[in-house]
Amino acid sequence: MTKFNAWNVFKNGLNGQTGWSRQWRDPEPKSNYNVIIIGGGLHGLATAYYLAKNHNVNKIAVLEKGWIGGGNAGRNTTIIRSNYMMPGSHEFYEHSLKLWENLSHELNYNVMFSQRAHVNLYHSPGAKDSNARRYNTMRLHGTDGELWDLNTLKKNIPHLNYNDARFPIIGAAVQRRAGNARHDSAVWGYARAADSLGVDIIQNCEVTGITRKNGNIESLQTSRGIMKGNKIGFAVAGNTSLLWQMADLGNLPIESHKLQAFVTEAVKPFLDHVVVYGVGGAHFYISQSDKGSLVFGGDLDWYKSYAQRGNLPMVQDVAEAAMAILPSIGRLRLLRHWAGVMDMSMDGTFFICKTPISNLYLNAGWNYGGFKASPASGWYFADLIANEQPHKYIQHHHLKRFEQGINLDERGAGPDPKLHG
Amino acid sequence: MIRIKCPYCGERDHSEFTYGGDASINYPSLDASEAEWTEAIFFRKNIKGFQKETWHHLNGCRMWLEVERSTITHEIKSVKPCHPDLQKLMELKK
Repeated sequence: MTKFNAWNVFKNGLNGQTGWSRQWRDPEPKSNYNVIIIGGGLHGLATAYYLAKNHNVNKIAVLEKGWIGGGNAGRNTTIIRSNYMMPGSHEFYEHSLKLWENLSHELNYNVMFSQRAHVNLYHSPGAKDSNARRYNTMRLHGTDGELWDLNTLKKNIPHLNYNDARFPIIGAAVQRRAGNARHDSAVWGYARAADSLGVDIIQNCEVTGITRKNGNIESLQTSRGIMKGNKIGFAVAGNTSLLWQMADLGNLPIESHKLQAFVTEAVKPFLDHVVVYGVGGAHFYISQSDKGSLVFGGDLDWYKSYAQRGNLPMVQDVAEAAMAILPSIGRLRLLRHWAGVMDMSMDGTFFICKTPISNLYLNAGWNYGGFKASPASGWYFADLIANEQPHKYIQHHHLKRFEQGINLDERGAGPDPKLHG
Repeated sequence: MIRIKCPYCGERDHSEFTYGGDASINYPSLDASEAEWTEAIFFRKNIKGFQKETWHHLNGCRMWLEVERSTITHEIKSVKPCHPDLQKLMELKK
């Protein structure tokens, strides 16, 4: 791997860009590994990277059934924030945000992290109070958060609909250190950095069977042969239940739902922040990419599905929400829209935990929030796999929390997976 | 758009309905163990393929329906009222 630095950029500028090596190897799978991570998305790759980097584990493989960046890593709206309130979750997401802040240097890859502020609009005194509570809780834990009154908001984002909105905007809860990053860069950066530490990234390798022996996983059957790993990690959000049942472990507190996202044609700089609007059943979040396209999304399609394609009623809902809050984008054309399959968990919070099988570890249940979480997800999943002990931040993020009555329900929506946005 | 054949109203867009959830859950008796209730409330098979699920015809006849639908293609195999008495009634109407 050729390092990205000023000298190499200069040198390759003179030699016609011929001095660059490929970003990661394409190794043949070996039959034995110390750790096999199933799922080559952001979470799986970050896990492999931190296993090698923080815990000096060698002989690691990441198995990906498609190609790197082809799953949910390439199907999100790239928003990064840490405005969480539940114990464990706010420390976890704040750590994730801190990792994002240094990720480009850490990976020697520009992930285009942009701390452009996450602006969460509110429309009623009640919503203001509940946001004040949440953002004060965050501040008490060392995360930044502030409330903008209407004048500050108008000065920062003058073109929201302040005139005739059905739900008038009265202010916003803002996290300035939040923002977004380029999703492809993040996943490629982790793949490249993990590979340079010796991790085997094996693409087009689908796990088709799991053989158990004496309470352990003995081997994995894959489309590229049989593999053995001392430790196995699942990081396949969207398809977790399928692998779980392949290992004969029964049911999970997870349903798979699809979430759509949308991209418009590119326009000149128009929106400097991530803006979120959610009131009266509407849900809408938007930012502008560096190419100029507006990237936005809304709610799930509201019914369980494994199809990676969206349905039209939600396109209309999202367009209506867009017009309610940013009517000036009404003439823009959509270039594309797509859907990703989400692990919607029963309380809206993720799982990083040990499992009934002693050499199997689970990373799942990311709901809508997997992208921003991926650095910390990899960090703490690697920590769990290496040390056999959950870090205190994730001590309740296990599968037994439901029977123990310690649900981590950030929204208070109850045991209905589709309601945890 | 998914089209659902409501037994009372006929074929309608799925946007008239709200999705309920897994219809295959057998809720245990009130005095069942905590483990059984935890399993029924929080744990799901999360089927990839045809599954039985409930839909509520909210903006129609407001009947709760049991629908057999593929979670891959969204193809619907069968639709019937959830309530057994309504099922019988619909049979008679035919």
